[in-house]
Amino acid sequence: MPPTTVSEKPVVPLPTIIRVFFWIGFFSFGGGLTAWIHSQVVQRYHWMEEEDFMSGVALAQVLPGANVTNLCVYVGYRLRGYLGATATLVSLISGPTVLCVLVAMAYHRVSEYPVLQACVDGVAAAAVGLNLRLGIIGGKRVIRRIAPTVAMIATFLAVGVFEWPLVPVVLVVAPLSVAAVWPRKEADA
Amino acid sequence: MREDSALTTYLALMAVFVPFSLVSIGGGPSVFAPMQREAVDVRNWMSAREFIEIFAIARVAPGPGSMLATLIGWKVSGWGGALVATAAIFVPSSLLCLGVSNVWNRYRGRSWHKALETGLAPIGTGLMFAGVLAIFRLAGAGPLAWGTAIVVAGLLTWRPKMHPFALLLLGAVAFNVALLAGR
Repeated sequence: MPPTTVSEKPVVPLPTIIRVFFWIGFFSFGGGLTAWIHSQVVQRYHWMEEEDFMSGVALAQVLPGANVTNLCVYVGYRLRGYLGATATLVSLISGPTVLCVLVAMAYHRVSEYPVLQACVDGVAAAAVGLNLRLGIIGGKRVIRRIAPTVAMIATFLAVGVFEWPLVPVVLVVAPLSVAAVWPRKEADA
Repeated sequence: MREDSALTTYLALMAVFVPFSLVSIGGGPSVFAPMQREAVDVRNWMSAREFIEIFAIARVAPGPGSMLATLIGWKVSGWGGALVATAAIFVPSSLLCLGVSNVWNRYRGRSWHKALETGLAPIGTGLMFAGVLAIFRLAGAGPLAWGTAIVVAGLLTWRPKMHPFALLLLGAVAFNVALLAGR
């Protein structure tokens, strides 16, 4: 018996997944990858819902491994199962693997130019802007309810401002945050 | 290093990076310090100065910061080493994540799953904001970096369909204009 699927969305073709994630990886300078994945997967192609994606972001950060590859695996698995997860991971990291070695080979020639350094710094700053925007999108949904708002601010203060270690913070905040939105009656699911 | 057989070198790379993959909780940067110790002091794969160079390159090049492992592998034994190290740092953590995603998806649609999702989403959002702050702290960013980030976020709010690449390009242009103006 086939499993009951929640979403009735059409199956996302693998070549599209590979193409999208390859380009994300290829141009992912400076760490705006999560925001970039969001802009393609949620905003452009509507493959996933906002909350589905953001809870994936939380899982990806808590689990060991690079946040962005974890997120890829999560998204890929959600879209096309094991094949999808393999496709997103391999297509995301294959471009950068080759590119970073090429950059390393050319490094001694290019490192003398301040223009290139400025490019790198500028791209990194813009990438932070992408993440900031993603935070704002998520935040707009979160502030509709009190408990999630508190959880969001607490996480930000603890990890961002006080620089407490991420894992213990999440282990404390997550159960409280989930308990606060736990369904009161089983019937109204 | 060249006199070692390639296989021995590959096994050594795996022995270093597979455990790092599974303990890098909170992301790649959490194991950068032990990686340095292992590559420089324990295995003598490179000098401290070479490691710092590689670190800078990993930041400049595209891809997750964990590509640092790729470059260590390359330094140790060329393209083969780069591939082995890349697989060793990314595959184990990805398998773990796959297992968790599997369990996570199996219960989709249940009301308690919805509660977990609703409860976890604000934490993901809070972490995004914390990440913004952390990156700027690390880079010792000035008003130019903050300004660029805010303008990019603003532009994207105004025109959500804008391609991220155009915005990254804008950042590069802004910093170069500032560089020229500062001369």
